Amino acid sequence: MMNKTAPSVTGTSPQRRSFLKTLALSFAALIIPGIVVARDKLDKVKDWVIGDGYRPADHRWGMGLDISKCIGCGRCVDACKKENNVPLEPFFFRTWVERYRILSNGETLIDSPGGAINSFRADAPEETVLRSFFVPKLCNQCEHAPCVQVCPVGATFSTPDGVVLVDAEHCVGCRYCIQACPYGARFLHPETRTAEKCTFCYHRIVKGLAPACVEACPTQARVFGEVEKKASPLVRFLRMNKIAVLKPFLNTKPQVYYTGFDMEVR
Amino acid sequence: MNEFDPNTALSSIGGFFRRLRERWQRFPEQVKRLTVLLAVVVFALVTARTMLVPADFGKYGHYRASAVDEIVAQPIQYAGHEICTECHDDVAETKAAGFHKNVGCEVCHGPAAAHTEDVEAVQLLAPRGREGCPLCHEYLPSRPTGFPQIVSASHNPVKPCIGCHEAHDPKPPETPKECSACHATIARSKAISHHAYVACTRCHEAPDQHKLDPRSFRPSKPDGREFCAGCHDDGASGKEGIPQIDQASHEERYVCWQCHYPHLPEAQ
Repeated sequence: MMNKTAPSVTGTSPQRRSFLKTLALSFAALIIPGIVVARDKLDKVKDWVIGDGYRPADHRWGMGLDISKCIGCGRCVDACKKENNVPLEPFFFRTWVERYRILSNGETLIDSPGGAINSFRADAPEETVLRSFFVPKLCNQCEHAPCVQVCPVGATFSTPDGVVLVDAEHCVGCRYCIQACPYGARFLHPETRTAEKCTFCYHRIVKGLAPACVEACPTQARVFGEVEKKASPLVRFLRMNKIAVLKPFLNTKPQVYYTGFDMEVR
Repeated sequence: MNEFDPNTALSSIGGFFRRLRERWQRFPEQVKRLTVLLAVVVFALVTARTMLVPADFGKYGHYRASAVDEIVAQPIQYAGHEICTECHDDVAETKAAGFHKNVGCEVCHGPAAAHTEDVEAVQLLAPRGREGCPLCHEYLPSRPTGFPQIVSASHNPVKPCIGCHEAHDPKPPETPKECSACHATIARSKAISHHAYVACTRCHEAPDQHKLDPRSFRPSKPDGREFCAGCHDDGASGKEGIPQIDQASHEERYVCWQCHYPHLPEAQ
């Protein structure tokens, strides 16, 4: 009916219509395959089962660290090295403990002899110490991990449960991720020449065990658990304490949370 | 349906290739060369990609799916604290009541997974000498206050810790007379301050149970200005040589310890 009453536009209308149709079709052809593939992958990830019935899509792991409980005994560093075969040389660590001493002249002394694997020595600095405490450090398992972004071969990746892992078979040892990590959590393994870092003891957590450092901490300064589930020691830790993360301004969204934080902690 | 005639089929295929060759010859020379080059490059790239990219790369994301299986296959060293109680329930019971109730067995005894698999072949032994306990209990000013600490150089030198202390239920062999056994940092500050000779009990009343269950029975603290004024008010008698102020007019909005740290008063 409309066409009969408007004969003046019938001359140009089919051209425009077919142009718009073609345009829509070409855009659809560009976008739809991407959406279909992505949806397919999401479905696959949901059904992914690792080992003995562990479904990574059902979990989201994080760690809480209570600075006021840490006694700097270094048992976590020792346990981590034993569990994960980390070289014993004093510069390869998946986790380590730093001692902060803020002096009365405003200076801050930070040390970690051997990663604190044999604890610390009570050497007194010349200036009066205003505040002092221990800070355990490890890979922050960032949600937006810079190391994952920069890996040129896809050897470092985030699993669906939020743990950043390294594929030692596929890593080419270019060290780009070591440069990119703002927390200094990565190192190049001296034998395999591939990148290494904390995995939250992924081989343990898929079997329902806590990471070795959490198992070894004598004061429960380390709390491990689900970030989102209701009854989790970590959720309680996040609810009961004032929480900080390392370098929040980098927008890496760490999943390692601290309490008892001091502004000098870097 | 027509009978299949091999001759006709061959000639039609031959005709197809002839037409293809004729069309190919009509192309300009430079297009021909570029086409061949492009074909070679595409073939090389596709071959290289199939050879270099692992088969299961990109199955779940931009990574090799089987890498996760390889990582998960790593052997476990630390068995976890639950499994020990299955055999050592007597020790677990002792430990559950003591200060070390939250200290996992493997903290002192080392990784136990091998021991849980073959109890006879792998025996675990905690340190017997003085090398283990001081890792946690050596005095370090950075340690949280209230954590029991000693200076091993002067604390019964050479004697092994387990000679006096039962590690599964650690208690001092006799209840410590000195507060410094646990409050080392405070004791050391006080020792070099003008309050060096003021006994802890002068200001804090510690119930006896505090020594056995320190968090449930806390020592008292002075609750007002009048307490310090007992010595430091200029009206206090018999306190010559002590810095004194007029309690009534001296910063009356505050209690003393908001400005002065009683364990290390600023006058040194």
